[in-house]
Amino acid sequence: MYEKDGEKYFVVDSHMHFWNAAPDNWVPGAEQFADGWINCFHAYQGLGPPETHWTIEHFRSYSEDDLMKDVFQDGYVDVAIFQPTYLKEWYKEGFNTTEKNGALAEKHPGKFIVNTRFDPRDSDLGLKELEDNVARWGSKGLKLYTAEWNNGSRGWTLKDPGAYRFLEKAQELGIKNVHVHKGPTIWPLDKDAFDVSDVDHAATDFPELNFIVEHVGLPRIEDFCFMATQEPNVYAGLSVVIGGLMHARPKFFAKVMGELLFWVGEDKMTFGSDYGIWEPKWQIEGFVDWDYPSDEFSDYPRVTTATKKKILGLNAAKLYGIEVPAEFQLPADAGAPAAQDDAALVDLNEGAGAKV
Amino acid sequence: MTDATALLAALDTVRDPELDESVTSLGFVTSCTVSAEGIADVRLRLPTYFCAPNFAFLMVADAYEAVSGVAGVHRAQVVLEDHFASDEINRGVAAQAGFVESFDGLAETELHQLRTDFRRKATLAATDRVCRPLLAAGWTPEELADLTLGDLPEAADVERLRSRRAELGLPSGDDSALLVDVVTGEAIGVQALPLHLRRARLTGVSLQANGSVCRGLLRERYATVGLGEEEETL
Repeated sequence: MYEKDGEKYFVVDSHMHFWNAAPDNWVPGAEQFADGWINCFHAYQGLGPPETHWTIEHFRSYSEDDLMKDVFQDGYVDVAIFQPTYLKEWYKEGFNTTEKNGALAEKHPGKFIVNTRFDPRDSDLGLKELEDNVARWGSKGLKLYTAEWNNGSRGWTLKDPGAYRFLEKAQELGIKNVHVHKGPTIWPLDKDAFDVSDVDHAATDFPELNFIVEHVGLPRIEDFCFMATQEPNVYAGLSVVIGGLMHARPKFFAKVMGELLFWVGEDKMTFGSDYGIWEPKWQIEGFVDWDYPSDEFSDYPRVTTATKKKILGLNAAKLYGIEVPAEFQLPADAGAPAAQDDAALVDLNEGAGAKV
Repeated sequence: MTDATALLAALDTVRDPELDESVTSLGFVTSCTVSAEGIADVRLRLPTYFCAPNFAFLMVADAYEAVSGVAGVHRAQVVLEDHFASDEINRGVAAQAGFVESFDGLAETELHQLRTDFRRKATLAATDRVCRPLLAAGWTPEELADLTLGDLPEAADVERLRSRRAELGLPSGDDSALLVDVVTGEAIGVQALPLHLRRARLTGVSLQANGSVCRGLLRERYATVGLGEEEETL
């Protein structure tokens, strides 16, 4: 819970991790990838405020106590949603598995939601694993990382027939939410690995599932936004957007937020800290204080307290059926959704300077 | 004798296909020398170890071609450092092998389609750069629909738009419409115009934001400034 200026915010961190990237977890022969991966994440942390930076040693494997303190004690989070990323070709026990997350969640009832994952290339064994994980951890959501390396393949897409088999199974098992995270590789490698058009297909063919595209499809926000306008069950996961841009690149943060509010709308955007890349504390404090920095942005939809309450927790609570105490709910008349129709074409008409 | 200045000028023409900015201004060039025998040596770096290998390949291959074309260069070597696919890319480009052969079994086709798709994005973003100031100055979308490229005063952003369109084989002469579909080259009708302009703006924001993140990550990764590196223009 976060409180500022008399307003109370219920916080759902819908995208966070508990990983182990310490050298003793690196697969022999794949050390350069394991090391490269975690160094890349660490560089992202560098885009946050300097006082929140960690040493690489700490970053590789933070402890359970660190997580509980950073996320709940200092970080205002009410409910955190674990998103696993396996990467077992690089990390012996996996980078961040359902089991590792689930074990921590069991020690702290009510604090976590444990999502699981699948990889369609794992075929029948993978289906069985998915079924077991859902049964064991009560997962209602999936995290799908399409750039994972698996047995010579450099990635997959949600359009693959194999993936549809898994999505059907997931739906049958009661999964509601699918978080999609794109990465730099895919099969075949000549395609754009960050392309989100496969999510478009899957969202059309699985209307009962919600698809949360993490880091809003970055670096393909343009494709993501355009797709999201056409699919009622596609959401924008703000992991990386707040953490990576709000502090380091405030002007682009404002533009990206403006575009997202315009195309996707405040009812379909969810906060995710991406912990341990960034701690939630500064992200939440900064976002609650945030507004467009100048009149230059006047053509984008307005950002209200209701907008922020929805993004920081209420939207994700709805997706996951999390009960939100009345004191955090919006009054019935608050926060009409800022969607496209809201954003007048002011930019197309305003001003009266000299013409060419 | 050829000097490094000529090499760097050649590298200035090589762009990151995703960001539509030159590899020099992005800080990706760390060293560029040419020996008395005309052997050019270029070292490149990227913001992360895991930058997408297809775009990385295009940059290295384009750099190789640009440097090889400099008068007095008899042989060129371009080396991408600190990247997970450095070996495949460097070997493939040195052998002029193409992408499919360089990534044996992992790729199906060469990167022409990928390049075209990103030139279209670059063209949309370049369209936004030209149109936004006009709209801010009071032009209506309907008025923009009637403008040709020749109606616009000479300016860097207009030149950029023309060159991006020419690369795609789209009309780029004085009498061609300012606003065209980036696939077909057909002029955009008044009805489709507001959406076209919004998409252009969105694409522009995306490219700029990505470029900004890349610069930030490069700074985190390396303390040194690249040859010809320029601060981002906000």
